[in-house]
Amino acid sequence: MAQVSSISNEQSPTAKSVTLKISRYNPEHDESSQFMEFPVKYDQLSTFLEAILDVKKHFDHSVAVRYSCRQATCGSCGMIINGKPRLACFTKISELDSNVITVEPMNNFPVIRDLAVKFEKLFDTHQKIKPYLIRDDTELVSDEKEFLQTPEEVEQYIQFANCIKCGLCNSACPTMATDSSFVGPQALAQAYRYVADSRDKGKDSRLKIIDDSHGIWRCHFAGSCSQVCPKGVDPAMGIQLLRGYMLGFRS
Amino acid sequence: MRESTIMKIHYGTALAAVALVAVHILMRLTMGYAESLEYENVLANYKFVPYAIMLELILVLLAVHGFNGLRVILLELKQGRLYEKAVSYGCLVAMIGLIAYGSRTIIMTNMGMV
Repeated sequence: MAQVSSISNEQSPTAKSVTLKISRYNPEHDESSQFMEFPVKYDQLSTFLEAILDVKKHFDHSVAVRYSCRQATCGSCGMIINGKPRLACFTKISELDSNVITVEPMNNFPVIRDLAVKFEKLFDTHQKIKPYLIRDDTELVSDEKEFLQTPEEVEQYIQFANCIKCGLCNSACPTMATDSSFVGPQALAQAYRYVADSRDKGKDSRLKIIDDSHGIWRCHFAGSCSQVCPKGVDPAMGIQLLRGYMLGFRS
Repeated sequence: MRESTIMKIHYGTALAAVALVAVHILMRLTMGYAESLEYENVLANYKFVPYAIMLELILVLLAVHGFNGLRVILLELKQGRLYEKAVSYGCLVAMIGLIAYGSRTIIMTNMGMV
């Protein structure tokens, strides 16, 4: 395990210090991942993304991390922080109350390098469940009205529309750890989001897609996906409600 | 067969097996438990046709549920087209084999061939 000596940087005088143990791995020439330790100063509002960017700025610019919006909207900076999948931009260092914090790439995703993982499978499965309204008519034609919904109809799916495709749920899913073909909680929750939408007419085609030997039936309802979602989506509940459609309890 | 149909059978066989196994256990309690498992009493159970039919049903329900459960576990352990086909057909053959062997025992005992 490599350790980098601390340097002073421009932080407030009230800043505390924490050791970040960042997983370093390049699949092109490393056999396994190794942790590198970086001492980082932080204050009450510092996030892990800021700390990692601090490491890149002052210690090692080659640490690979994906990020964009810095406000839990783009879903780019998912990683395992102290053993739990979290968004780096949405997790404050102070809230973990630990002097040494491990930062690793998300589980169940192929690693590109260090903390950056490939999202291809996540996006492929998301696309596979047809994440859009399916119906013959359109509200774009001038003589058509917009598709109205009652508040009760919106309530059926609105929390699932908050998904930002960060992949934390897939990273936490124990089934995905062994079943590489499993469609995953993210795609299943999104399938429910559209099936439960009163404007959508594509229920049958979507249910057919997830009614597969590696589809919805492989969920064991561990509920890890719902625990880690940074946007308050409950994929485990969505999956159970979706099963209700398939077993004939819901229509 | 679609996975939803298979899983409906899986859940249905589980519920039915719980009910029938409960009856089976309750029947053990009609006399002393050890006494109910004595050779002659067990043979008498097999020779009583309604009870033999219930045993046959339990055998079918547990074999279908158990081997489908095994198939699901094996499919989650490893993936691959050939492997998945081998697991699915292997479990089906094993299930049929177990039901055939168990049925043979029930029928032979019922007919007094044991």
